[in-house]
Amino acid sequence: MLATLLIVFREVIEAGIVVGIVLAATKGVKGRGFWVGAGVGVGVLGAGVVALFAREIADLFEGWGQEYFNATILSAAVVMLTWHNIWMASQGQAMAQEARVRALGGAVSAGHRPITALAIVVGVAVLREGTEVVLFLYGIVSAGNSALSVLAGGVLGILAGGALSAIMYLGLAAIPVGALVAVTTGLITLLAAGMASQAVAYLQQAGHFPGMSTALWDSSALLPQNSILGQLLYSLIGYSESPTGAQLTAYLAIILVNIAFIRLIRFLKL
Amino acid sequence: MTERISRLGAACAIIAGLVLAGSAHADGIKRFYTTIKDHKFDPAEIHVPAATAVILVITNADDTSEEFDSAALRIEKVLQGGQKGSVWLRPLTAGTYPFMGEFHADSAKGVIIAE
Repeated sequence: MLATLLIVFREVIEAGIVVGIVLAATKGVKGRGFWVGAGVGVGVLGAGVVALFAREIADLFEGWGQEYFNATILSAAVVMLTWHNIWMASQGQAMAQEARVRALGGAVSAGHRPITALAIVVGVAVLREGTEVVLFLYGIVSAGNSALSVLAGGVLGILAGGALSAIMYLGLAAIPVGALVAVTTGLITLLAAGMASQAVAYLQQAGHFPGMSTALWDSSALLPQNSILGQLLYSLIGYSESPTGAQLTAYLAIILVNIAFIRLIRFLKL
Repeated sequence: MTERISRLGAACAIIAGLVLAGSAHADGIKRFYTTIKDHKFDPAEIHVPAATAVILVITNADDTSEEFDSAALRIEKVLQGGQKGSVWLRPLTAGTYPFMGEFHADSAKGVIIAE
């Protein structure tokens, strides 16, 4: 039961961090609970479907189907996160007014917000981690382990992971309204950068970017990626103990793209 | 306006990515093999030449799925029961690189030794 609990806990945290950041970034926006909930729901359903067809998906593209699938959904999340940052930057005056409304306890209409973009990000995160959880649990149960102990481990893992994610969200939500947008923009940028680096890692696993495939450093002695802090930083800012040149390039490129677009929009006062 | 800019940016990024991607040719690359049986790797110690890209072929001979996972190698692949899968290993500097079967981490452990 403990092994089940730990694995489910880890996967839930990875998705929970994304959900927490999205919730913090949409704080005060009416209807965001529905959209984020929908993202989680679709992600869970999708995880079931992907798990069901995991064998067939992996066999696609000469056996690289899993890598391409993961790289594609991660890239979609990167585009959605960047799109959200760009949209937020373009609001200028409108946002300052919204911030004032929220500070006064009012709720702002979600009507003109690309919450759907963030719902997709949530869906992707839940789909990725959820698929692993489904496959793991199915394997454990079919190996003859007590279904009850597996269920208990799974439920406890979800509760513990959810609780830790909730604590992280509450920490973010406590940030004063004026700074919250800047902080969430930064977190979304790093989240997108980390996902881009992950997408490149999957493509390199399938043989792409051979020219930039040597590791740039090995910080596993300093901070192992499998440690608790390492895992948190992996999910939050895309920390890797041994990134390749291609992965680091994707990481920095996404950060630069976000900064550049935000600056460009402010400069053009769009 | 922002919509057009961001769509253009996304399209440029994707095209640039595809252009730069350049898949390495799998023929002529040395392959190494390991099998998962009873939630253990066999062999659990795989020697590969350093500074050379190779392909690791993993066969999951168990009935249930296993996830081949290595932070050191930045490799992550789920193999269904009875399924075979390949992963490219990047050119490695001489050293030891641990990997594991994440779903059965206490018994499914191994190392890649680059020399």
